[in-house]
Amino acid sequence: MATKPRVKVPKKAAAGDVITIKTLISHAMESGQRKGKDGNLIPRKIINKFTAEFNGATVFSADIEPGVAANPFIEFNVKVMESGTFDFKWLDDDGSEYTSSKEIAVE
Amino acid sequence: AALTGLSTSGIAFADEAATQAAIDAFAAGAEVGEGRISLTAPEIAENGNTVPISVDVESEMTEADHVAAVMILASGNPNPGVITFNFTPMNGVAAATTRIRLAKTQDVIAVAKMSDGSVFMDKKLVKVTIGGCGG
Amino acid sequence: GQWARAAARQELSQSDLLDMDAYGNVTLVHITDLHAQLMPVFFREPSINLGVGDAYGKPPHVTGKDFLDLYNIQPGSAQAYALTSEDYVNLAKSYGKMGGMDRIATVVNSIRSSRADNMLLLDGGDTWQGSYTSNMTHGADMVEVMNALKPDAMTGHWEFTYGVDRVTEIVDELPFPFLGSNIYDAEWNEPAFEGYKIFERGGVKVGVIGQAFPYTPIANPRWMFPNWSFGIREEDIARNIEAARADGAELIVLLSHNGFDVDRALAKRVDGIDVILCGHTHDALPEPLLVNKTLLVATGSHGKFVSRLDLDVQKGDVKGFKYRLVPIFSDVIEQDAEMTALVEKVRAPYSEELARELGTTDSLLYRRGNFNGTFDDLICQALIEERDADIALSPGFRWGTSVLPGEAITVEDLHNACAMTYPSAYRSEMTGKTIHDILEDVADNLFNADPYYQQGGDMVRVGGMGYTIDPTKTIGNRITDMTLLESGEKINPESTYVVAGWASVSEDVEGPAIWDVVEDHLQKNPVVALEPNRSVKVISS
Ligand SMILES: [Mn+2]
Ligand SMILES: [Mn+2]
Repeated sequence: MATKPRVKVPKKAAAGDVITIKTLISHAMESGQRKGKDGNLIPRKIINKFTAEFNGATVFSADIEPGVAANPFIEFNVKVMESGTFDFKWLDDDGSEYTSSKEIAVE
Repeated sequence: AALTGLSTSGIAFADEAATQAAIDAFAAGAEVGEGRISLTAPEIAENGNTVPISVDVESEMTEADHVAAVMILASGNPNPGVITFNFTPMNGVAAATTRIRLAKTQDVIAVAKMSDGSVFMDKKLVKVTIGGCGG
Repeated sequence: GQWARAAARQELSQSDLLDMDAYGNVTLVHITDLHAQLMPVFFREPSINLGVGDAYGKPPHVTGKDFLDLYNIQPGSAQAYALTSEDYVNLAKSYGKMGGMDRIATVVNSIRSSRADNMLLLDGGDTWQGSYTSNMTHGADMVEVMNALKPDAMTGHWEFTYGVDRVTEIVDELPFPFLGSNIYDAEWNEPAFEGYKIFERGGVKVGVIGQAFPYTPIANPRWMFPNWSFGIREEDIARNIEAARADGAELIVLLSHNGFDVDRALAKRVDGIDVILCGHTHDALPEPLLVNKTLLVATGSHGKFVSRLDLDVQKGDVKGFKYRLVPIFSDVIEQDAEMTALVEKVRAPYSEELARELGTTDSLLYRRGNFNGTFDDLICQALIEERDADIALSPGFRWGTSVLPGEAITVEDLHNACAMTYPSAYRSEMTGKTIHDILEDVADNLFNADPYYQQGGDMVRVGGMGYTIDPTKTIGNRITDMTLLESGEKINPESTYVVAGWASVSEDVEGPAIWDVVEDHLQKNPVVALEPNRSVKVISS
């Protein structure tokens, strides 16, 4: 499965609005607790960290464990005061980093 | 009839001590209070592999007084730790939603830590059922 | 009501059943759980319907003679026949079938003729499923007939078992809203259906919030509608009440498919609902139940009843109400000619098959009740014999019509008990422990002391085995003494048994359709005679 993040951020908002951001990333979130057909544990491979930055400052993050479901979904809010760019980052156990960016126009 | 084959045999589950230890470490010595935080979760999971949960903490979310983090625990999973949301005043409101795994019927626990170090907890019993005989 | 005093069929008249002086400014007309019954039917109400926790001994958990006493109903009366199982067969012969869409149309049109500008017609769901013709047409017969009745809104449950594509196709074309405040898109966590709608009637803005069956993806196959997530979501109901009030709603109506006990708990926990129109658990109550400031209306099922609730709403407050549970006695209420023609039209392609006789029965065949009904016993017998099994499991659905002793069992009768989109009869090996786990799981969905953890079905029916149940206990501790009936042996947790069943919620279940299994069985055993089932023993601690 290709690891492809998807994000919903409103395109525009008024200054002071609390907007809702929704993020999804396709990922099996192999827990490390499951046994394969050969009876051995399948090694853990999960998204272990999610970070959201706005204009370079971290606004929200999550430390993730195997108890989060496959295709991690995270929804949170941001109070926007100015236009700018959101940068989202997902960190995989194997060291890979997946990213996505969204612009918002604030009036 | 009911046949979804939810097999949990052979998995060691977290015990209460592990859950309590996780809460203690997060609280860092603060007393764990009730109120301010509310956890929303279904009474019965539609699918134990992906259970939607939300947390909401009462807070003005100012620089001086905000929610620093909310930790979610599943007391009946192999490991109780699920996710920790780290908030900043820029969130405006301290709320978050995700989807979690529940191996069996259990309490889901949400613990909030405020910027002043105070700690609040809420929990909800989520039933994981075989299902399929209703109507 | 007036009709209760009529002691026999010949003394009942349509005006006894219908006439009611209009009251107030809003009239709610409620129908629910039709289960696709276009024609008049026999439907025996439960003789056992146990309540647990706060619901213990309270309506609708009152049956038989206790029900007659509670509501001061004369034994043998029309009301006794319509509302209880007491002396059912005799009274059925005397009072005849109930329901039928053409009679319902007469009632609805009669109310509409005097209250058109005040009336809302609301359908509580479980409307499109439950008959041979609805299964063959994927609900199209019911959609066409209901559209002709012109409801103002509906919600749903079994509707979803036609699958996400079919449901979306129908809902997009409906001339009225399909409301579901508690249905979310499972991927993005966003409302998937309209949650509420404001109607103006009699100068009053009425906010109708729809609540689909919260446990649809658990009680029915989730894989058929993976896009949708349900749940009770009382915080969404509260939010929609607030939104509707902000839109000017002066009366809040919850069109609910929660099940009665869930609605009773909800009325205590969520403020601001004036009326809950209850569905799903198929209860029929002759008067509304008042919980705090909320009126709960229970309209029964299978077209047996239509509820009429007249309300006087002033400045956002209900000042008073008048209620009539209208029983649809098919021999008393006139047929609406247009609706008769429409029903005939949608049934015509199947009329020969519907009437085909599969056997006859010497025993009353019925399903409704917490434990085995005789129609389930017949299905279980067929499963054991045709699928060569030790044990049969048959789901505790609350739908399915009754067949009187001495009557033929037709294709229509059989399908009324099993028409669905996942009818495969499986055959699998299970350990005694697995069987115990299943019974415990289902028992907890029925008898959990907290109604929010109940699913509203009855207990799974068993064939070839018996057990003892204590509903007052907790999960894992209710079911004891599981015994094989033939040998009298205790069921061993470690041993393996061949189990046949149907309506599994799993995907890719293999086996013949349940109606074919029962038909094959009836071919070899064309006269059904069933002893009363005493294999389930109910105890209470
Ligand atoms: Mn129903
Ligand atoms: Mn239902």
